[in-house]
Amino acid sequence: MIEIKNISLRLGDTQILEDVSLTMPKGGLTALVGPNGAGKSSLLSLIARLQPLQSGSISVDGLPVDTTPSRRLAKTLAILRQDPAVASRLKVRELVGFGRFPHQRGRIDDNDLRLIEAALQQFGLTDLADRFLDHLSGGQRQRAMVAMAFCQGTDYMLLDEPLNNLDMLFARQLMRDLRAAADKDKRTVIVVLHDINHAAVYADRIVAMKAGRIVADGAPAEVLQPDVLAQVFGYDMDVIDVGGAPLVLHHR
Amino acid sequence: MPDKRLLILAAVALAVAAAFMTVGLRGNIGFALELRAVRLLTLIQVGVAIAISTVVFQTVTANRVLTPQIMGLDALYLFGQMALVLTLGSVGYVALDPRLKFAGESVLMMAMALMLFLPMLRRRFDIGLLLLTGVVLGVLFRSLAMLVARVIDPNEFAVVQGSSFADFNTVRPDLVAIGLVVTIVAGAIIWRLRHMLDIVALGADSATGLGVDWTRALAGLLLLVAALVAVSTALVGPVTFFGLLVVALAERIIDSRRHRLLLPAAMLTAIIVLLGGQMVLQHMLGGAATLGVVIEFVGGLVFLAMLITTSKR
Repeated sequence: MIEIKNISLRLGDTQILEDVSLTMPKGGLTALVGPNGAGKSSLLSLIARLQPLQSGSISVDGLPVDTTPSRRLAKTLAILRQDPAVASRLKVRELVGFGRFPHQRGRIDDNDLRLIEAALQQFGLTDLADRFLDHLSGGQRQRAMVAMAFCQGTDYMLLDEPLNNLDMLFARQLMRDLRAAADKDKRTVIVVLHDINHAAVYADRIVAMKAGRIVADGAPAEVLQPDVLAQVFGYDMDVIDVGGAPLVLHHR
Repeated sequence: MPDKRLLILAAVALAVAAAFMTVGLRGNIGFALELRAVRLLTLIQVGVAIAISTVVFQTVTANRVLTPQIMGLDALYLFGQMALVLTLGSVGYVALDPRLKFAGESVLMMAMALMLFLPMLRRRFDIGLLLLTGVVLGVLFRSLAMLVARVIDPNEFAVVQGSSFADFNTVRPDLVAIGLVVTIVAGAIIWRLRHMLDIVALGADSATGLGVDWTRALAGLLLLVAALVAVSTALVGPVTFFGLLVVALAERIIDSRRHRLLLPAAMLTAIIVLLGGQMVLQHMLGGAATLGVVIEFVGGLVFLAMLITTSKR
């Protein structure tokens, strides 16, 4: 379970997050949505202890993120940042293998090799495994980063806009993989999404943020209402029903 | 097979070392061998210290055109030396046990390096800002050292002047032993951290996500780099571009940035370049040029070439 209690974040004169409290039980797929600058990424990086907490408290599986040793947390929680800087002269297989670092501190055994190959296969990277990352397209690199996060094998996965740069085929595939990770492996997945229709189909729960606050929280059918969407994104959009799932016509 | 390349590098390094010890031996063989052995040890540990510290510094700063010396770390050391002469006077300075002096200067330098660079590196600066800060800091410390040099007595100045230029010829037998200890200990620690260094190269966010305590790792690595720079600066003086040259060469040879390959490859390349260069200058060119100047010239060209190619990409 992830417990977020009364956290606020100020950077300079800007209030990024204001008194956010949120509880996410173990299991399931939660989508964070909201306009640019709503504080979604900041919330994610605070949960993943990438930024120091200014006020309030966050715990993951009972481990307070500000005092638990980083290495201990890395076995429980994986984070994929938006646009991570990638070291050069690194092969895809090596990067994916780094996901095993929290468990092995660099000594890769047979079990790790199996997990690495499985992750490569799962994200369609087997043919690219020995290519250098700086020779790949943005989408291929993104897939390698996601594969590394999967390979970390943690109960909790936080992904910041993982669909960035992915084509439709791989975007759909990734959402299905995340769904499978939640259903089959009982992992807890929290994902920042801009494509609200992906959230509508694959998420169990949608948390909508705006200006550093949570403005709506519930099942997709509850959150994806015209009035709620207008409040969050600032313009009116139609929502139609397609086979029991809401489809937001946000582009018209 | 990268491992084969390492073996070849090791074999070449051994051959160069053997040639360094034996080529052109004459006169009192025992005496000459002893002299050469001390110089061999000096050059090897200087090469190793510079190579390792440059690799680690480049990893920590996520920047392949940096050396600790470009960032002014060695200027910091020289400034400490000048300050010591100013406060103690040349007589007191010369009277000090060189090992004690070295220890004092190193600790001073490590403390200052931590104070200056840790806040900067915690939030990774972009390359332009980092280079600019380094150059400015380097100029600042060199100017401060110059200022001190002007203030002190000309005789006292002569004492320190010798240590402010790169010099691969003068052997400091008094510092070889302590330098060896520092190099071996720091090298062993860095070798044990080779897997963590691969993770550190991914950047603060990814490394933290994979369980690296970023600030602690950074502080520790910076201290090790400072200690190694202190060794090389004390033994041969400031060399700015040598580390850049050998690390870039090593990276070309093994075609990898993984530390378990890059660290030994950079070490061996440094040994080959230093010993080989010294031999060529001494025996073939009759000592017409100094190794320091040649290495800095070639290294500077490599630095420019790397700046141009990376900005093109």
